[in-house]
Amino acid sequence: MSESTGGDLVLEIPTDIHSISGAVDYVLSRCSSSEVSARKLNLNFRVGLTEALANAMMYGNDHDPSKSVVIEVVMGRDHVQATVRDQGSGFDPGSVPDPTLPENLTRSYGRGLFLMRELLDELWFNDCGNEVTLILRAESCSTFEGGASA
Amino acid sequence: MSFQVSKVNDVTVIEVEGQLIVGNRNELKKKVLEKIELGEQTFVIDFANTAYIDSSGLGVLVSLSKKIREHGGELRLSSLSEDLRTLFELTKLDTLFQIAEDKERALEGF
Repeated sequence: MSESTGGDLVLEIPTDIHSISGAVDYVLSRCSSSEVSARKLNLNFRVGLTEALANAMMYGNDHDPSKSVVIEVVMGRDHVQATVRDQGSGFDPGSVPDPTLPENLTRSYGRGLFLMRELLDELWFNDCGNEVTLILRAESCSTFEGGASA
Repeated sequence: MSFQVSKVNDVTVIEVEGQLIVGNRNELKKKVLEKIELGEQTFVIDFANTAYIDSSGLGVLVSLSKKIREHGGELRLSSLSEDLRTLFELTKLDTLFQIAEDKERALEGF
C-alpha cells in the first residue's frame, strides 16, 4: 500500500482481497476529526468502503494482482468522502438486480452495491463505471439513514 | 478471523471471532463443508465475538444454508450485534435465517 498527497488521503493498493480490511481500518483511523459519528463511520462507511474495494478488485480488476485500486479520501468537517477507482472496463450499476426480491434472496452474491446504496448518503459512478464516489454526512438523522441513488 | 468449533449434543456450534469478510469467508465455508461431509446436519453459527460481516460473508452464509438444507439439515444463527442485525434486516436475510438471541436459545428445539 502506498500513500501520496492529492486529496486528504490517497492510497494505491494492489489487487489482493486480503488487503481490504487493513486498508479500510487505516482510512477509518484517519477520519476521526470528522463530525461524522464513530458509529456511522464504523458501520456505514466501513461497509461502503469495504464493498467498493471488493467490487473493484473482484469484478473491476478481475483479481489480477498486476492491477491496483486507488482510494482518494476527503475528510470534510460534516462529511467523509471516498472515491475508489479500479483498472477495469467498468460496469452498469443499473444492471445489478435487487437482492432483496424474493427470487434473488437465496443468491450467494449481489448484495454489495445494495448495501452501499442503503448505508451511504450519496453514491456516484463515473460514466464507464470503474470509479465510485461514496459520501457519508454527519447530519443524517439515524445511524442507518442513507438511501443513495446511482 | 478465527473460529471455535464445538459439539453440543448433535449440533455443531461454530463461534466466529473477528470479521467474516471477502478475504476469509472461504475458511468458514471449508470448515462447514467438511462437517457436512462427515455427516453433521445441524449447525449453529454464533456471532457474539464477530465485529463485522460484509456482503461476501453474508453470501457464504446463504450458500451454506442451502447446502445444509440439501443434506436434510438446518443452520441457525445467533448473537448478532445491533449493527450486524441491521445488515441482515436491510438485505432481508433475517427472513431467510432462524436467528436466536444467543447460542443457548439457538440450540433449543433442535
